[in-house]
Amino acid sequence: MSAIVSALFIGALFGLGLAVSEMIDPARVIGFLDVTGRWDPTLLFVMGGALALTVPAFPLILRCARPLLADFFALPTKSKLDGSLIAGAMIFGIGWGIAGFCPGPALAALTSGSPGVALFVVAMIAGQWLAALREKHS
Amino acid sequence: MSEPNISGGLLGGVLIGIAALLLLLLNGRIAGISGILGGIIKSDVPGERFWRIAFICGLMLGAALYAFMRGGFALRLQADAPMLILAGLLVGSGTRLGSGCTSGHGVCGLARRSPRSAVATITFMIVAALTVFVTRHLF
Repeated sequence: MSAIVSALFIGALFGLGLAVSEMIDPARVIGFLDVTGRWDPTLLFVMGGALALTVPAFPLILRCARPLLADFFALPTKSKLDGSLIAGAMIFGIGWGIAGFCPGPALAALTSGSPGVALFVVAMIAGQWLAALREKHS
Repeated sequence: MSEPNISGGLLGGVLIGIAALLLLLLNGRIAGISGILGGIIKSDVPGERFWRIAFICGLMLGAALYAFMRGGFALRLQADAPMLILAGLLVGSGTRLGSGCTSGHGVCGLARRSPRSAVATITFMIVAALTVFVTRHLF
């Protein structure tokens, strides 16, 4: 139960961060990706602010025997640089460049009630579902 | 386009960083939004869904809280409905195939010194910038 409450609280912190940094606004994201236009470096400061904490803190946390509210650290198990990773990152990059939404900001932006955001999120979930089907068949 | 928001970007980034390290410290999980969402859609363990749903609800609550305090947030859509649907399909399938998005690979994966995340982050950044160049400057 406590793990669920903490997930809710931490999610709220994450969503607040996305709103404060204006990453919810796709114009900000496209402005960052538009390196030959009027480049907007805001996203760089968001990544920098987050990495300034996670880069030093992650190794320290992972030295603990277990997390405080769970039995074990559930970390990604894949370590090979494979075609799926590259192809997936490329497909994601195209979608990100078209709309200026990645998954977190899109979900946070849902709260605006914008029908365009809702279309994006429904399509995104459908895309995840379709890609998961392919995993079963391979 | 608007002026860079350096202070907001840094503050928001720090909040995202705190969230990522708290999720690892308390729940033992990686704060990758595509992965957290994907586990709701498809999960083999029944109890797995609850914390994921709580996190996504929290994410939306956090944004709603900001909108409530500040009287809304800027949301300037960059594509029309058909392109938003196409982009959503690409983002959903791509992050699933590539095991992560900006938060999972970018914020958490780099912090774990994961070579896969470094390659993924560089790849999606370059491809997204190229996509913007092609769609905004060539056509």
